[in-house]
Amino acid sequence: MSIFVNKDTKVITQGITGSNGMFHTKQALEYGTKVVAGVTPGKGGTSVEGVPVFDTVEEAVKETGANASVIYVPPAFAADAIMEAVDAELDLVVCITEGIPVLDMVKVKRYMEGKKTRLIGPNCPGVITPGECKIGIMPGYIHMPGKVGIVSRSGTLTYEAVHQLTTRGIGQSTAVGIGGDPVNGTNFIDVLKEFQADPDTLAVILIGEIGGTAEEEAAEWIRQNMDKPVVAFIGGKTAPPGKRMGHAGAIISGGKGTAAEKIAKLEECGVKVAPTPADIGETLVQVLKEKGLLEQCITKK
Amino acid sequence: MNVHEYQGKEVLKQYGVDVPRGQVAFTPDEAVEAAKALGGELWVVKAQIHAGGRGKAGGVKLARSLEEVRSHAEELLGKVLVTHQTGPEGKEVKRLLIEEGCKIQKEYYVGMVIDRSTGRVTLMASEEGGMEIEEVAARTPEKIIKESIDPAVGLLPFQARRVAFKMNIPRDRINKAAKFMMGLYKAFVEKDCSLAEINPLVTTEDGRVMALDAKLNFDSNALYRHPDIQELRDLDEEDPREVEASKYDLSYIALDGNIGCMVNGAGLAMATMDIIKHYGGEPANFLDVGGGASAEKVTEAFKIILADDNVKGILVNIFGGIMKCDVIASGVVEAAKQVGLDRPLVVRLEGTNVELGKKILEESGLEIIAADSMADAAQKIVSLVK
Repeated sequence: MSIFVNKDTKVITQGITGSNGMFHTKQALEYGTKVVAGVTPGKGGTSVEGVPVFDTVEEAVKETGANASVIYVPPAFAADAIMEAVDAELDLVVCITEGIPVLDMVKVKRYMEGKKTRLIGPNCPGVITPGECKIGIMPGYIHMPGKVGIVSRSGTLTYEAVHQLTTRGIGQSTAVGIGGDPVNGTNFIDVLKEFQADPDTLAVILIGEIGGTAEEEAAEWIRQNMDKPVVAFIGGKTAPPGKRMGHAGAIISGGKGTAAEKIAKLEECGVKVAPTPADIGETLVQVLKEKGLLEQCITKK
Repeated sequence: MNVHEYQGKEVLKQYGVDVPRGQVAFTPDEAVEAAKALGGELWVVKAQIHAGGRGKAGGVKLARSLEEVRSHAEELLGKVLVTHQTGPEGKEVKRLLIEEGCKIQKEYYVGMVIDRSTGRVTLMASEEGGMEIEEVAARTPEKIIKESIDPAVGLLPFQARRVAFKMNIPRDRINKAAKFMMGLYKAFVEKDCSLAEINPLVTTEDGRVMALDAKLNFDSNALYRHPDIQELRDLDEEDPREVEASKYDLSYIALDGNIGCMVNGAGLAMATMDIIKHYGGEPANFLDVGGGASAEKVTEAFKIILADDNVKGILVNIFGGIMKCDVIASGVVEAAKQVGLDRPLVVRLEGTNVELGKKILEESGLEIIAADSMADAAQKIVSLVK
């Protein structure tokens, strides 16, 4: 089992004829993802890597029965692309695009109220269930099927964590990048709920960073609702206040959103926090040992 | 993107938000001319820098004659103002706002932010004007009034009135205050603001409700659709290295330490700074070269890092996903050759084509110290700069 995506997920690439869309569609196909269609308005009837291209998401869904989409559309048009996918009633939309105006996302969130679609991102690496389905820009080969779930606001830092697990023989159930923007579709708690309910996820790694209070809210939720162990890392201990650290959402403002506050709250709620990014794997191993879960989590000796 | 107070007020005026009459001045002569043009017998001379706390730092002065306008302008222009937001080095004043004076009855606070938890714009207000809203929130949270705005319909008049009543705005001024907030919201959404703060909003003896100060921040991701706002960018207010880096689409922030960092991905870049600090070093910068960095971009990033004389060593930390390690390695070698590497360089590569990348570094003949992990890399560079 896994969360959000599996071997049966049928994916549409929105923006498939752009360089990013084309490149990552090829990578996804090589990984074994069922990419069944592409959408680029005006390019309907053509094909990319053997994948048929349609003018609209609605048409692509009707012809292929797709239930998910991934968006590589440029920032100025990405909000519209998300809403088109929501209108087509897809179960899951993963938006990779970085740099969408935040007020566009405010509109998107409003538009999505009461609709069935789950949005992951924007400004995220995507979602992967190792060995089954890769939607996004993460390097597939560093992952390994297994029992540890990962949820993160950062891309490369997630790869770092995955790599530390895989080299220790600890596989992953699903890795979810929720993205670095202040207004996004899926938050930590949404993903934690799924991991808690997933029988094949035995432990979770949560990777947060400065800005906002999502980590604190997640910590409180974990304390009240989760019996699976969670290990965390928070980036940005050394970030100066008032500066945006690359991600649109990574900023300490008005003294709020510091790494110290987040770490304190997580620890208060029973979440072990790795002292450095290099210790994420080892911290998890320690916690798994304590809980007697290590053997079950080592999926490759 | 930040703008000056006078620019923010110009934007607000377009949306019917009442602001004092005023003019920008770059010289004492211009300041006097501005005061003459405004007329009256009371003026305010306000230093224009991108930082709050100017009043307390002596950057806002009252003038009762044109001579006083001139002497205040002479004193402020070229002065380095140190406020709680500028850092100890302060900021040099290069522009002034000359405004008509007004008779203030009471000061209030009105602000707009994007609330991450609701994903909506929130209007915040308080009758405690003139002080930092964070301070009000900490001391008397009950005095902060919040109204969440539905983007489908925007700020509704009844919401604006409700806030005005709760702020204890005088009853004869409620409609003016509501109109003020409606205008502020319209400006916020139409110009893609990420933050708006009117502190203080004032009521005056002649019956006005106006913005005595205005701080607007704009979403840099939305600037492509606002050429008028783009023109307000003041490069004097930004770190020259950050300006240089932005030309190459590099995300760079200067810090105080001596270890230069070059990393791919914002999260990993922040974490790299943290691990340097963990092992007793101090990062000199945040630098994210992005997911698709070319050899050229890596070279430019190197030049920017090396241009900082405080940098005594460099740490390159790359987790190659889409970006292949061999491409990065070639970029690093090329850059080191071009700029003449004169400081220790530790490189940690992991991910796609890592072996190929390591081979390129080894065979380059350059003194590059290879590291096996993030921890190893951080420890090595910290000991080398000591």
